Parts: sequence; structure tokens; C-alpha cells
Amino acid sequence: MNNEAMNQTSEKKMTAAERAAMIKNNKILLDVDGLKVTFFTHAGQVKAVDGISYQIHEHEVMGIVGESGSGKSVEAYSIMGLLQKPGRIVGGKVTFDGEDLLAYSDSEKREFRGNKASMIFQNPMTCLNPVYTIGDQLMEALRCHNKEISKAEARKKAIEMLELVGINNADKRIDQYPHEFSGGMRQRAMIAMALICSPKLLIADEPTTALDVTIQAQILELMKDLQRQTGMAIIFITHNLGVVAEICDFVTVMYAGHVMEQGTVDDIFYNPAHPYTRGLLRSMPNLDDEKGKRLIPIEGTPVDLLDPPKGCAFGPRCEHCMKVCLTKQPPMVTVGDDHKSACWLHIKEMKELSSGEVTK
Amino acid sequence: MDMLGYTLKRMAISVLTLLLVAAITFFLMNAIPGSPFMTEKSTPQQIALANAKYGLDKPLIVQFGNYLKNLAKGDMGVSLKMQEGTSVSKILFGQGKFVLSMKIGLLALLVAVIIGIPVGVLQAYYRGRWIDNILRVITTMGIAMPGFVVATLCLFEFGVTLGWLPVQSNSLETFGAYVMPVLTLALNPMCRIAKLTRTSMLDSISQDYIRTANAKGLKTRVVLFKHALRNSLIPVITYLGPLTAGIITGALVVEQIYHIPGLGNYFVSSILNRDYPVIMGTTLLLAALIVIMNLVVDIAYKIVDPRINITKKGD
Repeated sequence: MNNEAMNQTSEKKMTAAERAAMIKNNKILLDVDGLKVTFFTHAGQVKAVDGISYQIHEHEVMGIVGESGSGKSVEAYSIMGLLQKPGRIVGGKVTFDGEDLLAYSDSEKREFRGNKASMIFQNPMTCLNPVYTIGDQLMEALRCHNKEISKAEARKKAIEMLELVGINNADKRIDQYPHEFSGGMRQRAMIAMALICSPKLLIADEPTTALDVTIQAQILELMKDLQRQTGMAIIFITHNLGVVAEICDFVTVMYAGHVMEQGTVDDIFYNPAHPYTRGLLRSMPNLDDEKGKRLIPIEGTPVDLLDPPKGCAFGPRCEHCMKVCLTKQPPMVTVGDDHKSACWLHIKEMKELSSGEVTK
Repeated sequence: MDMLGYTLKRMAISVLTLLLVAAITFFLMNAIPGSPFMTEKSTPQQIALANAKYGLDKPLIVQFGNYLKNLAKGDMGVSLKMQEGTSVSKILFGQGKFVLSMKIGLLALLVAVIIGIPVGVLQAYYRGRWIDNILRVITTMGIAMPGFVVATLCLFEFGVTLGWLPVQSNSLETFGAYVMPVLTLALNPMCRIAKLTRTSMLDSISQDYIRTANAKGLKTRVVLFKHALRNSLIPVITYLGPLTAGIITGALVVEQIYHIPGLGNYFVSSILNRDYPVIMGTTLLLAALIVIMNLVVDIAYKIVDPRINITKKGD
């Protein structure tokens, strides 16, 4: 690597780190503390989310990554109050802007949804109602939270929003039906709908997964732009690490309903602490890799949540697995400034370190 | 093709349909043995004379040709027996029979739709709970019970034992007279609509756009009736065509039992009396109603679901 390229990377690194440092000092917007969600199925209790905690500051973009079934979407639905039966929140606390979300009544939850926090979903092809026009659905989102606004004003605002998300001829497009929009445009319309009430928090549940790669990049760019413009916080749920690197400030890595590692984007990508995170990164192709180099997958299959392992959820698949890993859940250990990881290896290292110091 | 052109084309096809109905009815009714003039007292000479008078001595195909020729001029012939010499159009429209039947039929249709759809929505929303289970039993019973059983039970219970409602509805002079015939006629289609709506709603409720609607913070009522229901209506609308036919045939029985001098009642008598022009006139009128209803259904599709393009030809 030549000098110039190195300078560029370090500069980029610096800005990401600076941004993270700046955001860290902002007010905490969302505080999830020990959230537990269980699905009461006929086969037994599925602990989809088992005591996860994280904090979102204002203006923060946090990525939640994890493989399918790791509980990342369930956790987001719980925050929005969209959890479907037989799922139930069985423990923990969720505080938004100082208010206890879990104590909200049904009407307070409705007032919260779409207004203070809104959500966009994975498949834009099916997420818009096919029998109403785009404009109707946009205006409805605005008017259900703002009763005073007139139809004409709402329409004006809807056109503005469509223009904001980059839809041309918005004044004509507004009267079209979803089937007259392409996939990328529908996701743009979904974003416009989510942002029309200027929420403080946007939860994006794999918003680019169902789109082709060029559209993915466009939508990602759009979300980044809008985030910088509006200053809203975003929870970005994805299993695509490339997307995380592109847009997020902080990352939470989830596995089987547990948080494995939390840190800034730089921490996670350049200095991963947890064996699972390292496994994820190793299984991702890299342009700088030598030709013919094989990717290293994580062996094994995700845990059966009906019968989760007693100890660390990742234990059975972990190459560093120790005896303690199979019997006791590891505690969350602070390994850096904003960097936490739940692994017995850290405890072992610390013990070795301290015992080494003692013997010295 | 635009909507007007499509409607005109459909109307032309409808005329052909009616022509076919006319032909089938004409030849089938003439295949039944007997004649309008056959009574215990009439002699063969008298019958031959009457046949000659009304043109019934000519070959069938000629008779049919003559009937169509007159029909094109708006002449539906005269009654041969039941009201001998009275024109059929006067019997159908001039004596309030059609209006009477239409009143009951339309009310039944309205009741079936207005009660059936919300019941289905309610069931879907409370899926698997006690309210759904109870309604499911009731709707299944409603479909299983034939109209004449319901009518007889109602008559016995509300008309005779409790005495709340008049036993004979006659010409529907009072409000009470409407209740039993309309409800009897509406029960079966109402339960069918409820079942269709329930199934269709269960499908809609699990769709992604319902999650979107909930995520917007809309009220449950709006989510159900605005977002889910409209998407569930297609199967229900499809059923409106056969439903109209069902109500018309149901009316034949209901009018008999409640003693309403409507078209259905008269239709049955006209067949028993081999009053050929009356049979033809009534059949064509009812067929026209069903054809119109099917056209309405097709246009309603387009209104409910903008993705449906009824005017486009298939590949």
C-alpha cells in the first residue's frame, strides 16, 4: 500500500472515530436495558431476545448485525410495540426520551409509532398497500398524528417528502399506485412515509436486503444523506456487514438473542474482540484479499432457541470454547473505550494478566 | 379499450346470453308434456281451437321465431291461462309483482352484505377466540339450513307461538311483514359472505402492508376496515353474482311460504300452469337481472382494486 492510500484510509478512520466520539456526548435517546422477549409456542418457550441492552444517542446510527434468527427484528418490533402473538416482552426496560415505552397504553403506543419513532421494512414490494395511492398512504401517516393539518397541506408535504427522497415528478407520482413504482422507488416512498412526521428515531429492518445491489447503494446513500440532514437517530438492522461499515457509527453484534459485542464501527471492523464477530468478518470477502484465498465460514448451525445451550450461546460453535463457556453465560466485559464484548476469553486474559503481574 | 367501450361490448354479449337463455327455456318448457288449455272439461276440439288462436299449432321453431320477432318490438305476448288475455309486460310490471320481489330481494342483499362483512371482519380479528368460535358455528348453521326450514321455523316461532310478526306477509303493508321474509332470504348469503370475508381477511391481516399500517400508528379500526378489508373484498364481490341468482331462486320459496304475491310466487304458478309467455317473460327478466349484476361485479373489481385491468385482453 502506498503512502497516499494509507493517508486516505487514516483520514477516513479519523472522521468516523471523531463522529463516534461526538455522538457519544449527545443525550441518550433510547435506552434498552435487559430486554427479554419470549414466544410462547406450542412446542415450548422460544427466548428470541434474552436480555439485551444498548443505548442510542441522538443523531446516532447504530447497526444491529446478526444472522437470521438472532432476534434482531423481534427486538425492533418490541420497541415499536408491533410484537405479534405469541411473542411477549417478559422482562427489561425500554426508555425513549425519558419515557418508559413498556408502560405505554395502547393509544400512547399508537401516538408513539410513526410519530416519534418510525420503521421501514425489508420488502418494499409488499409493504405498501396495493389498493391505495402512494399519496394517500403518505398523507394518512401525517394526518393520523397531526389532526389539524388540512388535506391540501398534507398533500403539499407529501410531495415535498417524495422530492426529498429523490422521486422525480413527485406531483404526478403521488397519485400513482404502488404497482406503478419500481422496487427502489417503493423503498424511497416507504422512507418518505416513515420520515413525514419527522421522527427522532428510525428503525430500518433490513431496508436494502430485497433490493438489487445498485439500488441498495442508492438507498443507503439516501438514508445517510437524510440522516445528516434531519439528525434523526437510526437503528439499522442488517446481516450485511458491508452496509454496516457504510452507514453506522456504532455496531451491536447479536447472536441467538444475546448481545455478543458492542463498539464503534472501527472497533468492530479493525479490532473485533469476540470470536463470533471475528468469525463473521473472516467469512466476508475482501477486495484486498489474494486471489484464490478461501473464505473461512463459521462451522455449525445456529442454536435451537427452544433448547438454548446453558452457557455462552455461541459456545458450541466457537473455536476457543472452554469448559466454562458451556456451563455459564459470559458477562459483558469492557475491552475498550466504547467497546464491550461478552466472552470468557476476556476474563481469562485479565486473570492471566493480573496473575502475570503478581508473579512479576 | 376504455371503460365505456368495454361496457358496451359487455352489453352486446349480454344480449347474446339472454338470447341463449330464451332459446333453452323455450324448447325445454315445450318439451314438458301438457298444455295451458288442458283441463278436465276441455275437449280436443276446444284445445285445437285455442292452440290455433295463439299460434301454438305451428312448428316449435316458427313459434320461437315469432316470439323473438315480437320481443324485439317490445311485445312479450299475452298470458294464456292465469290471467287470460292480459299482456305479460302488464303482469310483470303493471301489477306490482316485480316491485314487491325487488323490494324483498334488494333488502335481503343489503342485509346480507351489511351484516355479513362486519361479522367476517370481527371473526378474523378475534380469530380462534370465543367470539369467533360462536360466530363460526352460527354461520355454518346458516349455510346448512335450507330456506324453507328457516322460513317454517320462523313462522312457527315468531308468527304462531310468540305472535310478534304477521304469519302472512301479503303485500308488505307493515314493517313487521318485511322482517321474516327478508331475514329468511338473507340468512344463507349473509353467512356465506361472513365466511368468505373471514378467510379473506385472515389472509390480508398477515400481509406486510398491515404491519406498515400499524407502524404508522393508525387506529385498529382504520387498519382493519381501510387497509385490510378493501384487499379482502375481491372474493366477496365475486360472490355477489351467484348471490343474486341465489336470492332470486330463494325468493321463489320464501314468497310461497310467506304468501307474498310477488314475481317468484307467480313464476312457480306459471310453470305449473304451462303459461308459456309468462314463463318466458319471467325467465328473461330474472336472467337480465343476473347478467346486469355480473356486469356490476366486474366494474366493482376495478373500483376496489386498481391493479385489475378488466378491459385488457389476456395474452
